[in-house]
Amino acid sequence: MRTRINYLQIGVTAALVLLTAHGAGTRTLRAIGTSSEAREDTSGAATLSGIVKLEGSQPVATRINMAADPACLKMHSAPVMSEEVATGTNGALKDAIVYISDGLGNRTFDPPTEPVVFEQKGCTYNPHILGMRARQTLKVANSDPTTHNIHPAPQNNREWNLSQPPGSSPIEESFAREEIIPVKCNVHPWMKGYIAVFKHPYFAITSKDGTFDLRNVPPGEYTIETWHEKYGVLTQKVTLETNQTRTLEFVFKR
Amino acid sequence: MKHNRMRAHFAGILVLLFAGVGQVTFAQESHIGGLTGEASRGKKLYRRYCVGCHGPLGDGRGENAPWIDPKPRDFVTGTFKCRSTPTGALPTDEDLYKSVTRGFVNSNMPSWLPLTRQQRADLVAYVKTFSSSFREEKPPSPLSMPSESAANQQSIQSGNELYQKMNCWSCHGKEGRGDGPSAQTLVDNRGYPIPPYDFSVGTRFKCGESNQDLYRILMTGLDGTPMPSFANGLTPAQAWDVVHYIRTLQMNVKRKKQTAENEKKDGGESKPVGAQPE
Repeated sequence: MRTRINYLQIGVTAALVLLTAHGAGTRTLRAIGTSSEAREDTSGAATLSGIVKLEGSQPVATRINMAADPACLKMHSAPVMSEEVATGTNGALKDAIVYISDGLGNRTFDPPTEPVVFEQKGCTYNPHILGMRARQTLKVANSDPTTHNIHPAPQNNREWNLSQPPGSSPIEESFAREEIIPVKCNVHPWMKGYIAVFKHPYFAITSKDGTFDLRNVPPGEYTIETWHEKYGVLTQKVTLETNQTRTLEFVFKR
Repeated sequence: MKHNRMRAHFAGILVLLFAGVGQVTFAQESHIGGLTGEASRGKKLYRRYCVGCHGPLGDGRGENAPWIDPKPRDFVTGTFKCRSTPTGALPTDEDLYKSVTRGFVNSNMPSWLPLTRQQRADLVAYVKTFSSSFREEKPPSPLSMPSESAANQQSIQSGNELYQKMNCWSCHGKEGRGDGPSAQTLVDNRGYPIPPYDFSVGTRFKCGESNQDLYRILMTGLDGTPMPSFANGLTPAQAWDVVHYIRTLQMNVKRKKQTAENEKKDGGESKPVGAQPE
């Protein structure tokens, strides 16, 4: 009799231990991104800046035909050009994403509490490429007099697809995991954009002059990647010393 | 006394086993009504009936897949068209069970009504093991569906206006013939062309044929396809109006009256595949 009770006790204890472990496991998973050991530590931090360029003959932007939806067509008096490749002077490449792809180790970062906004305006996406953090709130706004559907096509996050009529309040969503997600509107097939999700704050999207700035980077050895929707990915390795400011150049070849 | 001790041993080992295996098997079950499906049994059925198209890894790359259009579902991504849950969410066990039972019209996926209810429940349990999503997340509760409004002229007229306003026509066409200006550009989440539904043909809808099914398709969207969820843009009353309007586009459809008998037939069982008539 006593033996049986012992076994039952062992069994129940084992069950409890396992359940607790399971619970704790879930909590650890959730805790990623909520502790902020590296966030305050900006003393001695380095800065990485530079430029992204496109070498070779400069591409000619293609014109977008919005005739399929008269509501879109009416909004533009000037021709609308594709934003796939946009360049400035001296081959400066706009809308490339520069980010730390490796080297941050186990550091985790709080997502900012303020949301990022992805706007549908003039039947295009504003911005064309949006950078945001994992678990940060994403607000999708429709400023157009026509109905859009916002359809991200992630590989690593859950896919969703929501219709958004004119005048409706912004859709609030978030993405749990890091990746660069293509976004499209199936109603208006020319609408293409990207939402780049990072679990750390060290990313930048180049402006018209092709420049980028990664600030407050803790010293260390890093792999820096530059992504462009048409020209792919370039990689460089860099070592950042305390308080150092370094400059990098990324050159895509046509 | 000895006998007693052995029993105690046995009970103890059972409890230990249960404690250890409990959480592993938790995700490998399905619960459909009063039925509990077991993945271990489902695996054998899957190997017999499903593997040819969906593949041994459940990634939709079975040996028949290259010759099939639309392509077999990739279970690994955990993205499913026919759901009662919001867009971006996992389907419920019941949703998967209904899909297996119903089959997919205009595709190579047949109705698996010839399998018993228990077998279909077992298959659902096994299909869920292919995607880690089912271990990490739980499907949310299904979207609520208020009872259908009267399908009168006013409702149809309002549905017509919404069909224009919500840009349904961009893909499905002004007359619902699946020939809207964006129709040719549509692809599914694997990049394969996918045509929008042509209402004039009047085949069954992908996720069922009742007005309730149609309402659900509108509000949940068909994940993995260009069909969005309208849960944000339409009130339930408006969604029913769109349902009523869409029915007027189905000129060639002879609708079965929805009776209790048909309902029963849909969820019922028939003889196993290959069984000889008695």
